[in-house]
Amino acid sequence: MLEQVFRDEWGRVLAALIGLLGDFDRAEEAAQEAFAIAAERWPRDGVPANARAWLVTTARNRAIDRIRRERTLAEKTRLLDVPEAMEDVIDETPIPDERLELVFTCCHPSLALDAQVALTLRTLGGLTTEEIARAFLVPDETMAKRLVRAKRKIKAAGIPFRVPPAHLLPDRLAAVLAVVYLIFNEGYGGRGDLAREAIRLGGALAELMPDEPEAQALLALMLLNDARRDARFADGTIVLLADQDRSLWDRQAIAAGRERLDRAIALGGDGPYVLQAAIASLHLDDPQDWPQLASLYGALARRTGSDVVRLNEAVAIAEAGDLGAALAIVDDLELDRYHYLHATRAELLRRLERDTEARVAYDRALELVEADEERHFLQRRRAELTG
Amino acid sequence: MKYMLLIHQGATPLPGTDAWDRLSEGEQRAVYAAYGTINQTPGVTPGARMEAPELATTVRVESGRTLTTDGPFVAVKEALGGYFFYEAEDLDAAIELAARVPAASMGGAVEVRPLAEG
Repeated sequence: MLEQVFRDEWGRVLAALIGLLGDFDRAEEAAQEAFAIAAERWPRDGVPANARAWLVTTARNRAIDRIRRERTLAEKTRLLDVPEAMEDVIDETPIPDERLELVFTCCHPSLALDAQVALTLRTLGGLTTEEIARAFLVPDETMAKRLVRAKRKIKAAGIPFRVPPAHLLPDRLAAVLAVVYLIFNEGYGGRGDLAREAIRLGGALAELMPDEPEAQALLALMLLNDARRDARFADGTIVLLADQDRSLWDRQAIAAGRERLDRAIALGGDGPYVLQAAIASLHLDDPQDWPQLASLYGALARRTGSDVVRLNEAVAIAEAGDLGAALAIVDDLELDRYHYLHATRAELLRRLERDTEARVAYDRALELVEADEERHFLQRRRAELTG
Repeated sequence: MKYMLLIHQGATPLPGTDAWDRLSEGEQRAVYAAYGTINQTPGVTPGARMEAPELATTVRVESGRTLTTDGPFVAVKEALGGYFFYEAEDLDAAIELAARVPAASMGGAVEVRPLAEG
């Protein structure tokens, strides 16, 4: 129980302390001290009414004490007038929520991407260095060094602790959202704790930026994808969307995701996360609205310039009934090393009853495919050709 | 915060070269004007003008012997071409000024290096 309170409060308390003290290391040290005192006292005395204010005040007092003590030592005078920390006297002025300032600092583009990710999980997410190291499969020491270096750069290079001004905001927001989505995708590959952490971070961003459509849409996208978590794997292998057991989908998460998506659209959003969330939402319908999916994939492809997205557009166009147009797109893509391109081409040619060409395309796909499951599927399809 | 902005010319056309002569008069004037504006920006301390990196001599000492080689320490294209100092609010302000250095958009790059405090 206490652990959950700590986890929920860590980001806000730390952000407030960085705002007060202007120093990541001091803030983190002080926060740790306050949480340790709480861990000792709260089980005995009960959780204070305003736990957050208690934590911030206690940490701030400890930090001020420490600064005084260091200064006194530096001046080589004796410890005389240093008052004891008065952590029981709680400052009642409301504590501003500075988590946004914090996340924009942690995701500053002058930091390396892996440092942005680690710092965001450590400060805003409240994960320990060891937990982050485990999640990214690197030694604890490597992760500790990465965090130390990033914090040192924030301080020495003067990375500001603030929400960027309007002319910088679009780029910087995109960087923040990319970090959260990267964390989600690390988790989506199997490590569920990271996906949950990303959704928690995404929820905080959506709450902190209620009028930012892309922040709402990213949360929607993560919720909609995560809703299918339990259906995505069977016996350790990936189950394709069409074959998933829909009873395993999390209806609540789907509803929550769609609500966020509606909000993003109502805000006039048409950015890449809005498009991806809308696509994810349409894929959950049975039957799927393929013409609509084709048009969304088309819009996303124009925005991102991604050939992989165009391949998806082609599949949607084919499903919507226009095999010829789909094949024309596929033949236009420069994805020769991508086995899905050849598998898709083979499937289109098969449906167009151009079996000889289909066979050649299946052979090319089989040359490139790595997963056995997919190989068996392609071999089966190839064997079914008659012409 | 104090920063040193190090200008690496890279492929930037420089006065006295054919590439520079191929620029229109308007483009050449724009480059000079941009550097003039930067030098007059509050907080900026202009650096001394440097001769071309080709004129550099690189010095090493090995076992007490002084060894010299012709040219800059790094490749000519990567060599320092100029520098200035900027006292700014924070890194974002320094990055914005760096982006206005002509070399940054003409084939070179600007390194923003914080100066140690105290």
